[in-house]
Amino acid sequence: MHIPDGFLDAKTAGATAALSFIGLGSSLRHASRYLPARKIPLIGLAAAFVFVAQMLNFPVASGTSGHLLGATLAAVMLGPAAAVIVMSTVLIVQALLFADGGIVSLGANVFNMAVVGPLSGYGLYRLMRVVFRGEYGRLVAVGVASWFSTVAAAIFCAGELAWSGTVAWDAAFPAMAAVHMATGLGEASITMLVIASIARTRPELLNDSIPPATVRERSTGFVLVALLVIGVLLLVAPHASDLPDGLEKVASTLGFEQRAPANPNIPAPLEDYKLPGAGSASTATIVAGLIGAIAVLALSLLLARVLVPRSRTIPPFSPAQREGEV
Amino acid sequence: MRHDFLDRYSRLGSPIHRLPTALKLLATFSLILATVAVPFSSLWFFVVAAGLLLIVAAVSAIPWLFIFKRLLLLEPLALGIAVMALFQPNGTTIFLSIVTRSTLCLFTVILLSNTTPFENLLRALGRVGAPRILVTILALMYRYLFVLIDEGERITRARMSRTFSTNRVRRWQALASLIGQLFVRSTERAERIYAAMTARGWK
Repeated sequence: MHIPDGFLDAKTAGATAALSFIGLGSSLRHASRYLPARKIPLIGLAAAFVFVAQMLNFPVASGTSGHLLGATLAAVMLGPAAAVIVMSTVLIVQALLFADGGIVSLGANVFNMAVVGPLSGYGLYRLMRVVFRGEYGRLVAVGVASWFSTVAAAIFCAGELAWSGTVAWDAAFPAMAAVHMATGLGEASITMLVIASIARTRPELLNDSIPPATVRERSTGFVLVALLVIGVLLLVAPHASDLPDGLEKVASTLGFEQRAPANPNIPAPLEDYKLPGAGSASTATIVAGLIGAIAVLALSLLLARVLVPRSRTIPPFSPAQREGEV
Repeated sequence: MRHDFLDRYSRLGSPIHRLPTALKLLATFSLILATVAVPFSSLWFFVVAAGLLLIVAAVSAIPWLFIFKRLLLLEPLALGIAVMALFQPNGTTIFLSIVTRSTLCLFTVILLSNTTPFENLLRALGRVGAPRILVTILALMYRYLFVLIDEGERITRARMSRTFSTNRVRRWQALASLIGQLFVRSTERAERIYAAMTARGWK
C-alpha cells in the first residue's frame, strides 16, 4: 500500500501532506505535553518493533505470504496519538532508508497508514468494546477493527490515486478494496493472535482502564477526528457520492454534489434509491464489503472463542478469596 | 551480527559521501520534485536526470549490483500499482510515465540513503526545524531497530530448535507469539532505556 513517487499529482500530494502534517503535529504535541516522559523511549521502541514485525512473513496459500501492518495493534497497545507517531516514524524510516514509499508521496502514505489506519481501527475498537466485554470481547473487537483499518487505509489510497488521475476510481477502488478485504482477514487473525499472546504473558500491558481524558487532552482527539472527516470528504466522498446513504446529504450540504456528477470518470451505478441491478464494479465492491464485514465478524467471533475458551471466562480468584479459603 | 541491509554503504568515504548532508538532502528533494512535476513529453529531462544519477552512483563507489538488486526488490511494489493504470483510456502512456518517474525517484533515494549515515540525516532534519521529540523517537528507532531484529532472530532460532511442525495453524500461532514476545521485550527494554537516559540527564 506504500505509494511510490510519481503516482500522485501536486494537489493530492500537497493536500495529504497538509493533513498528515496536522495529524502528526498534534499527536507529537499531545505526546510531549500529556504523555509521561518514560513513554517517549517506548514510542521509539514500538516503532522499531512494528518495523521488525512487518518483516516477518506469514505463510498464506501456495507459497505466497503476508505480513502484519500493525496500525491497530499499535493503537490498541499504546493509544491513538502514540500510534500515529509510531506508524509515521516507521513510514519515514522506510521512505528515507529503504526507498519503500516515495518522498513526495510520504504525506499520502502517512495519512493512509499512520493517521487513517490507527484512528479508524482504534475508533471501531473502542465502539465495539462497549458491546463486547471481557477478554473474549477484546479479541473480537481487535479482529474486526484491524480488518476495518486495513480496508479503510486501502480505500483512501485508491481515492488518492483517483484524485491524481493516475488510476480511475472505478479501477482503483474495486482492486484496492478487494485485495485488502482479503489481506485484512490475515491482519485480523495475526493481530488477534498477537494480542492473545500478550494477554497470556503480560496481561497488565493490556490495561483497558484508561483514565478519562481531560478537556485539553481531548482537543487532540477532536483534531484527529476532524482530519478523518476532511479526508473522507476530500478523497472518498467525491468519488462515492452516488452511494444512497448519508454521504449524499453531507456532500450536498458542503457543495460536493455539483462537482461529483461533472466528473466523467464516474458512471452512476445506481440512480438514487433504485435497487442495484448487476451494478458497476464499485457497487459490487460495496456489496462485497458488506459480505467481508460479516465474514470478519464471524472469523473474529470464532477465533476469539478458540483463543479464550468459555471455561476460561470464569473470573480468576482474588487474593482475598484465597485467604478466606485458608 | 551485521544488519546493514538498510543503508549498507552509507559509511564509505567517496567524494559524494563527504558532501554536506544538507546539500545532499536539498539535491535529493529538488530532483525528486522535478522528476514528479516535469511533464512526460519533455523526455530529455528524464534522460539527463538518469545520466546525473548514474554519474553520482559511479563516483560514490556503491557496487552496481547492490543498487540493481535494491531497485529490483522495490520495483514490483511500484509496478503493482502501475498495472492498475493500464486498465483505462490512455493507460499505456500513464503506465510508462509513472514507471519512469518512480524508478528515477527510487534510484535517487537509494543513492541518498547509501551515501549519508542516518544520524547525519536526523541532524539535518533537526536543523531544518523538525520537532525535537520526533528526532529523538526516530533516533531511538534507528538505534534499536537492529537490536530488535537480533532479538527476533534469537527467538526464531529458539523456536526452530524446539518445534518441528509444518502445520500452518501452528506456524501462525508460533509467529504471533513471537511478535507478542517481541512487543513485551520491547516495552521492557524501553523501561531500561528510559532509566539509563534519565540517569544521564535526559529530559
